[in-house]
Amino acid sequence: MSEGFKLEIVNPESSFLSKEGVSEVVVPAFEGDMGILKDHISIISFLKPGLVRIFEGSNEETYYVDDGIVEFKNNCLSILTSNIFDIKKMDKNVARNVLAKAEQDTQKNDISDQAKYLLDQKIEVLKNLTLN
Amino acid sequence: MASLDDLKKRISSVKSTQKITKAMKMVAASKLRRAQESAEKGRPYSDKMNNIIINLSNSISDKENSPKLLAGSGEDKVHLCIVMTSDRGLCGGFNTNIIKKAKSYFQKILDGRKILKIITVGSKGYDQLKRTYKDSIIEKISFKESKYANYFDADKVGKIIIDKFEKKEFDVCTIFYNQFKNVITQIPQEQQIIPLKTSETDRNSSEDNYEFEPEEDEILSNLLPKNISTQIFKAMLENSASEQGSRMSAMDNATRNAGEMVDKLTIQYNRSRQAAITKELIEIISGAESL
Repeated sequence: MSEGFKLEIVNPESSFLSKEGVSEVVVPAFEGDMGILKDHISIISFLKPGLVRIFEGSNEETYYVDDGIVEFKNNCLSILTSNIFDIKKMDKNVARNVLAKAEQDTQKNDISDQAKYLLDQKIEVLKNLTLN
Repeated sequence: MASLDDLKKRISSVKSTQKITKAMKMVAASKLRRAQESAEKGRPYSDKMNNIIINLSNSISDKENSPKLLAGSGEDKVHLCIVMTSDRGLCGGFNTNIIKKAKSYFQKILDGRKILKIITVGSKGYDQLKRTYKDSIIEKISFKESKYANYFDADKVGKIIIDKFEKKEFDVCTIFYNQFKNVITQIPQEQQIIPLKTSETDRNSSEDNYEFEPEEDEILSNLLPKNISTQIFKAMLENSASEQGSRMSAMDNATRNAGEMVDKLTIQYNRSRQAAITKELIEIISGAESL
């Protein structure tokens, strides 16, 4: 029996990442962070802005996502997202720009509670990122 | 018969046209490679998205109350057609093929006494449709400024569609685009995106039970608008690859034809030059003889 499962991250422009033998993935699901291990039940969920952590043996990789959908089925995890950055390679300035944009958006009055919640999440995560 | 000078001018003009078509072919070829790559890279996303939606719609228990984007507004009166064409010409039958496909669909709708609304994406489509369907065109969108198809543009179109749907401006939405098969073959496609059509074979293939978080309805109502943008984006990618492919083969043909024409004209030029020389010789000889 193999150790892990298959992970695929795709964005509209291309297939961002594809990996075999991943042991655990933690995704920022809509209702709280969710760790997915091998043989998890089939699941579909949403992502809120946050960090995707991928564990592969003793390696750990972290990515920032804006939004997305996860699907887990037959030991294959697919993450569809429109915006994803590798934390290590991420340009602090880019992050700051995204943060500034998000902060501007929260000032608007016509946004729904849900959108506001998502934006607040985004700001919090990005703030942590830009500080480090 | 044209004079020698005229022929010479003609040859040089055809030659310079040939240079242009050749250059256009090269440009199209290099753009094609990029467009094709991104079209192929974009496929997994839209396929996966489609899969998830099919799985979701299968497991939805309360079909009656499922989101309107999936089930439709329950009527079939107003049809919105999104005709996606290029912004530039000189690409063979690319635009004409889409328009032809769209027009036959329009005819069907009008014959069925339904209301037709058109949104054109890309200026060439608008130019061709405005003569016959001027009153039906409610909006024209063009992305002349963006060099390559990008998701941001697609999202804009998607938002316009959803906005109009929520205002109940139409019941059924269909998009028209060219699917890229290879450089010489592009297949014009019509694809209904609202209400979403899932074929029976797709339905049977997935019988898994999923766990959902949050509830199915909530996921669906979030996912469906995204899916529309994704489908539009896919269509844009396929379209841009098709456009370049079509332009490349059209320009290749044009270059070849220009070459043939130059050959023919050169022969004609040489013949008439020869004839002129012969004529002069005859004149000289007969002049000398008469002395």
